[in-house]
Amino acid sequence: MDYIVILDKTILIVAIFIVSLAVAAYATFGERKVAAWLQDRVGPNRAGPFGLLQPVADGVKMFMKEEIIPNAANKKLFIIAPAIFMVTALMSSAIIPWGKPFEIGDRQFHLLVADLNIGMLFVFAMVALGSYGIMIGGWASNSKFSLMGALRSSSQMISYELPLGMSIVALILFAGTLNLTEIVEMQKYGNWNVFYQPLGFIIFLVCVFAECGRAPFDMPESESELVGGFHTEYSSMKLGLFLFAEYIHMFISSAILATLFFGGYHFPGIDSLDLAPNIAALVSIVVLFSKIFFFIFLFMWVRWTLPRFRFDQVMNLGWNVLIPLSLLNILATAAYVTFF
Amino acid sequence: MGLVTFLILSAFTIITAISVVFAKNAMYSVLSLIACFFTIAGHYLMLNAEFLAIVHIIVYAGAIMVLFLFVVMLLNLNTDNEIQKSLKLKFAGVISGGLIYLILLASTQSALPSIYELPERTSIGSVQEIGMKLFNEYMLPFQISSILFLSAMVGALLLAKK
Repeated sequence: MDYIVILDKTILIVAIFIVSLAVAAYATFGERKVAAWLQDRVGPNRAGPFGLLQPVADGVKMFMKEEIIPNAANKKLFIIAPAIFMVTALMSSAIIPWGKPFEIGDRQFHLLVADLNIGMLFVFAMVALGSYGIMIGGWASNSKFSLMGALRSSSQMISYELPLGMSIVALILFAGTLNLTEIVEMQKYGNWNVFYQPLGFIIFLVCVFAECGRAPFDMPESESELVGGFHTEYSSMKLGLFLFAEYIHMFISSAILATLFFGGYHFPGIDSLDLAPNIAALVSIVVLFSKIFFFIFLFMWVRWTLPRFRFDQVMNLGWNVLIPLSLLNILATAAYVTFF
Repeated sequence: MGLVTFLILSAFTIITAISVVFAKNAMYSVLSLIACFFTIAGHYLMLNAEFLAIVHIIVYAGAIMVLFLFVVMLLNLNTDNEIQKSLKLKFAGVISGGLIYLILLASTQSALPSIYELPERTSIGSVQEIGMKLFNEYMLPFQISSILFLSAMVGALLLAKK
């Protein structure tokens, strides 16, 4: 019995890993297409039909480039940093419920790697660990620009972790559970959390942008001031991993946004359709992924619309606007939960 | 199964804890300390204290150690500019270390010999249980420690504003 569970989980982990990589790869392609569309250009269209093989070409290019490790760099940490960054980006995918359970024979196959009671806190821990890859990479490069980029990014991440956590606290107060599956099941009838926690959602969204280091919060790698930020000294596939992990971050964050605030794999009326369990499972996966793709598109949309903040503006927004707002949100939610 | 996991985890805990002290490079010390915190979180998980484990990671590995890394990175501590301690200080260190070892030895000797056993699957470490305990039985200590934290925060802000 135990071996079947281990087999289940292994299949699921490998599947999620591959899907995350595939989505991240095509997100790079999507990013360039969306940018082109917003700027009235054509975008990549040479490799394959509609340029669909562009991510493959990019990947091959990354692998083929010369790999340079600076002489003054700390080699061990320099090599391990991109790996740490990638791992912390992928870890949060473990607790996301990806869909309704499949039924094979009389056994249920849950599309969830770890059903933790503390699910939401696990995400929060992984977010908190996200800055290590950047900091270690920036320091090990032994370069001014890298160090400055690393310092900026980690101070930004620490600042935005607080309102991120507090907006989640309000949601947890409202939901009464930390378990992501239960949070999704609560939103079964189209009563998505975003309608009850609009302020919390906006704070969470802004913080997620900052945590992913996406524009308008791409302080860690502001090209015009810091060359490439923390990955200035990186080349070849190590640089590729850093860039790639950003897209994986984006994918997982979109999944968490959809799960927490937009009903996860449910859409209003999914139960009234009376589908067979396996078909319902497939439909629920498609629903979740369409929500995820919408959020990935939102990330790109914002990036190509808004200019970058100045660093003091980022700090100001985090500490003087978002934290007081999220505290207010907690108070209001607590009052609502207590009195109604 | 549980015993093997416990032994492996303990071995890692001890190795990382020792390497915190013995690492020449301050950066490696900090990184081993982070690894050590992870193994301790693993111990909490084995005791069914999921909440404690994850909070341990968030607070220690996620927040405090990031600040440590900040300081080490900015000071750029190297092995070359390490301060040489005088002979007197070294003597003092050896004697106080020995005394602490004596106390530890005495306390472990008097403790009852116990066999490590995995606790039954209880909900003692769950968020609900801890919340109930904190806000009923330990209400006053909880409030006092919150006020302590608040005053520390206000103090830090005041110092920073000067």
